[in-house]
Amino acid sequence: MLNIKNLHVKLEEEDKQILKGVDLTVEAGKVHAIMGPNGSGKSTLSYVLSGRDGYEVTEGEATLEGADILEMEPEERAAAGLFLAFQYPVEIPGVGNMTFLRTAVNAQRKARGEEEVSAADFLKLIRERAKALKIDAEMLKRAVNVGFSGGEKKRNEILQMAMLEPKMCILDETDSGLDVDAMKLVAEGVNALRGTGRGFLVITHYQRLLDHIKPDVVHIMADGRIVKTGGPELALEVENNGYADILAEVA
Amino acid sequence: MGLPQQKMDATEARLATLSLPQGGWTAATRADALSRVRAMGLPSRRDEYWKYTRPETLVDAPAPQAAIFSPDEAPIFGEIDRLRIVFVDGVFDPDASDDLELEGIVIDRLAESTAHDIHWAKDLYGTLEARGQDPVERPLAALNTAFASDGALIHVKKTPSKAISLIYFHNDETSDAILHHVIKVDPGAEVTILENGPAAARFNKCMEIDLADTAKLHHVRAQGRDHERRAATHMFARLGAESVYKSFTLTVNGRLTRNEVVIELTGDDAVAHVAGACVGDGEFHHDDTVFVTHDAVNCESRQVFKKVLRNGATGVFQGKILVKEGAQKTDGYQISQSLLLDDDSQFLAKPELEIYADDVACSHGSTSGAIDEDALFYLRSRGVPESEATDLLTLAFLAEAVEEIEDEALSDEIVSRLSAWLVRHSRG
Repeated sequence: MLNIKNLHVKLEEEDKQILKGVDLTVEAGKVHAIMGPNGSGKSTLSYVLSGRDGYEVTEGEATLEGADILEMEPEERAAAGLFLAFQYPVEIPGVGNMTFLRTAVNAQRKARGEEEVSAADFLKLIRERAKALKIDAEMLKRAVNVGFSGGEKKRNEILQMAMLEPKMCILDETDSGLDVDAMKLVAEGVNALRGTGRGFLVITHYQRLLDHIKPDVVHIMADGRIVKTGGPELALEVENNGYADILAEVA
Repeated sequence: MGLPQQKMDATEARLATLSLPQGGWTAATRADALSRVRAMGLPSRRDEYWKYTRPETLVDAPAPQAAIFSPDEAPIFGEIDRLRIVFVDGVFDPDASDDLELEGIVIDRLAESTAHDIHWAKDLYGTLEARGQDPVERPLAALNTAFASDGALIHVKKTPSKAISLIYFHNDETSDAILHHVIKVDPGAEVTILENGPAAARFNKCMEIDLADTAKLHHVRAQGRDHERRAATHMFARLGAESVYKSFTLTVNGRLTRNEVVIELTGDDAVAHVAGACVGDGEFHHDDTVFVTHDAVNCESRQVFKKVLRNGATGVFQGKILVKEGAQKTDGYQISQSLLLDDDSQFLAKPELEIYADDVACSHGSTSGAIDEDALFYLRSRGVPESEATDLLTLAFLAEAVEEIEDEALSDEIVSRLSAWLVRHSRG
């Protein structure tokens, strides 16, 4: 599904190398987790993959189902099936949540040469999916993320994911700022989307999200590289011993 | 104090091209207005009040030419139930207009009524304009009172069944139109006044609005799309107790527009909202100059002006809230913002508060900025193409002003015009 080979990335504005040769393959239907200390390059990886400005790929490649996504505009990556759940979802005053989602869904369909979804069908679908995430009609009507609590913002990200039905989902620290109940709700939303060939890359600081979203593979990232890969037990090791041991081991 | 020679010469050169309508109930007021124009002189670029907008082309004789523009869309408000009063290049068009008869309302034409010596508008015509000359001079409005060739005199006695729609066509490249409307709304009555169209190559329009206690007036205006037209407009509104005045103006295109709004809250608990959304591309200069005077207790005023500017377009906002002594519990709000879509465009703002009462809540803010890159990326990451995302954010930026329109059908019309403009102009 997602293939990253020897990816080197530096900041555009300053001569600072952030990713120093990331190799990673997420297979269809699998959930991979990336853990790592602050500043290891986890979020940069998510931004580079989704096409945010400010980063320069100096070496390597990233493909989604064989297509070079690094050459695509952000909207083209989305239409190709890539989705990033933001660590800090952006507030957009004046744009209704519902309008935003319908515009996005139809823009992607249009880009893929599919027919636009009718207003009635869309409404039916979004009500159903919002309900599962305990997102009420009021939240759908409000401006995108404006006045939402931290938990509401993250649930709104998952709702977008559910509506856009991407092939490859990247979750960037989706657990940050969530209490246990909110995290469970978000995890349930993600779990509902698992399977049927969809790939997940869950970026997180802590193991606790992985209690709820069980990964197939866990990677440890440090200083711009994947330094260790293992099964779910690797996350527990981090939880118990911190990163220091692992980093010392690979150093 | 004499006027500078240059100003006097420019004023006299302009006056020489005009002839004062004679006789009837407006004669004395017109003569007075003419002498006021002579005393003030017409605006020049050295005047503080015209610091950001060059007035020459609004003053020069003759008017600069403006090409006729044939838009590829139907005129706005077509679906709204309304009584149409049509002026072509400032000349009333009876064939295109509806019968000026509507229950609860009396409509006369200024040009026809001047045959009489007595008229209900006599106490208002030129009166609110003259009051609005203090503390800031507005010579183009006085010029209008003196020389207006026509206009609608609308007395709303009871709430009418439909909106009154003033429609201005522009068919003559050299037209130089001066219209003056008077609107009087009686206690308890509510009316919607619509205005649309480019009007003329150069348009000088004055509207005097007198709201009795508990009267309500909704005003929605769409200034015509002719790229080369010029306009100087004034609205003078006097609000009685518990009256409500809500005005929204949409401006797309036009080489030069100066919209002045002068509001006087004279009765307790009155509400005045004045808003504007403008979008300009290239040779476009738009100036909103607003002066709100609170002279009663517990009144509310809002000024919400939003401008989207690109390709070297210029936006100006001069807005003032004056709270007089004793105007306690005043709630005054003023926001002026511009969205600059490139480095060549500019926004010049002069927000002012002048407060002589001690128990008031007044706030003002003025900002100018570019499209929010984080929001743009967020939208794009969800699959919305850049141009569409930019349009969506631009409409969102304008939304606070458009939301000032209470009537949903009217605000939908405005939004659809703005969307259409964005589609035409942002896909470069």
